[in-house]
Amino acid sequence: MRLSSISTRYPVSPWSTPALVLFAIAITFVITAGPILLAGANPIAAYAEFVVIPLTSQFTLLEVLVSATPILFTGAAVAIAFRAGYWNIGAEGQLLLGAIAAAGVGTTVGDLPGIVALPAMLLGGAIAGAAWALLPALLRVRFGIDEVVTTLLLNPVALLLVNGLLHGPWRDPVTGFPESPRIAASAEFPALIDRSRLHLGFVIALVVIATAWYVIARTPAGLRLRAAGLSPHGARFAGINVSRTLIVAALASGAIAGLAGVSEVAGIQHRLTSGLSPGYGYTGIVVATLGTLTMGGVVLAALFLGDLTVGASTAARSLGIPSQLGAVVQGVLLLTVVALLTLRRGNSSRPVDAGPPAGESAEHEPAPTEGAVT
Amino acid sequence: MTLLIDLLAATLRNATPLVYGTVGETYAERGGVLNLGIEGTMYAGAFVGFAAALATGSPLLGLVAAVGVGLLSGAVMALLTVTFGANQHVSGIGLTIGLIGASEFANRLIFRGGELQRIEPMPLINPLPDVGPVSAVFSQYGLTWVAFLLVVPLAWWVLQRSSFGLEIRAVGENPEAADAAGVSVPRTRYLALMIGGALMAVGGAFFTLALLGSFTLDIIAGRGWVCIALVIFGRWRIGRGVVGALLFSLIYSLQFRLQILPGFGDLPFELLLALPYLVVIGALALSGRNVAYPGAYLKPYRRS
Repeated sequence: MRLSSISTRYPVSPWSTPALVLFAIAITFVITAGPILLAGANPIAAYAEFVVIPLTSQFTLLEVLVSATPILFTGAAVAIAFRAGYWNIGAEGQLLLGAIAAAGVGTTVGDLPGIVALPAMLLGGAIAGAAWALLPALLRVRFGIDEVVTTLLLNPVALLLVNGLLHGPWRDPVTGFPESPRIAASAEFPALIDRSRLHLGFVIALVVIATAWYVIARTPAGLRLRAAGLSPHGARFAGINVSRTLIVAALASGAIAGLAGVSEVAGIQHRLTSGLSPGYGYTGIVVATLGTLTMGGVVLAALFLGDLTVGASTAARSLGIPSQLGAVVQGVLLLTVVALLTLRRGNSSRPVDAGPPAGESAEHEPAPTEGAVT
Repeated sequence: MTLLIDLLAATLRNATPLVYGTVGETYAERGGVLNLGIEGTMYAGAFVGFAAALATGSPLLGLVAAVGVGLLSGAVMALLTVTFGANQHVSGIGLTIGLIGASEFANRLIFRGGELQRIEPMPLINPLPDVGPVSAVFSQYGLTWVAFLLVVPLAWWVLQRSSFGLEIRAVGENPEAADAAGVSVPRTRYLALMIGGALMAVGGAFFTLALLGSFTLDIIAGRGWVCIALVIFGRWRIGRGVVGALLFSLIYSLQFRLQILPGFGDLPFELLLALPYLVVIGALALSGRNVAYPGAYLKPYRRS
């Protein structure tokens, strides 16, 4: 025991973070080889289909970027909140609120030119997402009420709100289907490349992430955010207003998740539908964790999962492996990454792996020794 | 009158999966682990129970299989959060994503998206057939009777009166003290999570084995999250959680019946369905700092 407690004093882990993530991906592929074999396919061929084939043609490559777009937003949204030590599980609901706002603005702007319509939608979506994130944040800083459950429970509420609108006032008067009328043509995101689905949302996502990177890494606000996440008590001792920092992080997170909703409505669906998001908010948690809560990591993780999503659908056709394997991989990947990061915790400096304090008063437990983990 | 009787019967029926889920989640959380894998565990219970019942021709064996997958799911959650000490909510979300994905994957693989497979669902049991029109209320599935007459009282007794229940509450409230008193914190948390997982899976299997007799995608439709809300609504007490499940089920069953009545079709029923979530968040807000979370909620335990 004494030896192991000494060993944790070394500040540098033998596992660098990228190596750890790659190791997690390898473990995930070993675990998911089981279902692939059950489907009667060769795992090696399947992984080539999943990861490599989508990168080999222009069409699938663009589809990878299309698939990555919403989870670039939600991954960044989750990462910002988690970095601050604010466990926002509600990106899904915040995305849906952004989508509602986008459809609301998009169907009313009429003949206004795009230069007015698009910023109005983005602003509306960001505000709606942030508004949906506000209550749990206030409850957390005012009363110490754990935000995990409150942000989570607002997700089904947001979905009910979407369904309520689609079955009620927003039902398409032409088709009668539970979907909103189509947004104005000027409110649609333009395609980046002719005859592809890749739209302006992808560029906006990259701009948002670059901005978030700059703010977190280079500004006093970013320093406060990181400090609050690493040690709320230390941050408070250093004179940082942790409550305010958490609220700002929660609102920024909600706003960016809201933009994901705008992007899907304006770029893909062109109307509000109840099936708008197959869980992009939850995938955001996978992206953020896989990206180890850094903005560069979020970009890589979102592109990787986008690649897997496109690969899973082509593999369904070519190898007969059900495309739902993509979701299995996501779940297993999240679990292996979080497990490995925890096992390395003695040397980790980010709050990826530590349980949050339920309230303000709770102490951050010191990291356990490596020896104790095994 | 018939409407009322029908409503009461439906309330008991629809509350059944919520009761299993809420009791299961209560065990996990009283042991100190928030198990957000509940949505996926219920989903996997529904699918595995159905697939096993279809393969063997026996809903009872289906139920056994569901219990098995629930125990497994609880054990995986325990491995991650107890043995590894990983972040509970991220682990739970990962478990839910993985289990829903695996169930849909297996569903696609086994049934190839062909026509809907059905099993002969469990029969309705009516112990009081001769008490007039009210007897229709008592025409319920076996799993509903088991839930209210066996699982709820037993789960309450074990948690509140038995020494094992005391150990669960101890490791959830103050693991250091429990450890000092000679209680194995990891072992107790593993058991709490596995018992909880088994109950959640049975709650999911109720849909396929009793209520519907078939498996459809999105069959759980967020009921796991409802259970998360109900546990808090019940303030981590089994009895109050069950009352919450009955109230939610009453509202759910009522709106379902009102929707088909002329003149009611345009009401925003989604608002009614959102009520339990909003009530829980409102109750949390009103309780303010007095919310009595289990002491070790969300915290991994390490001997220092």
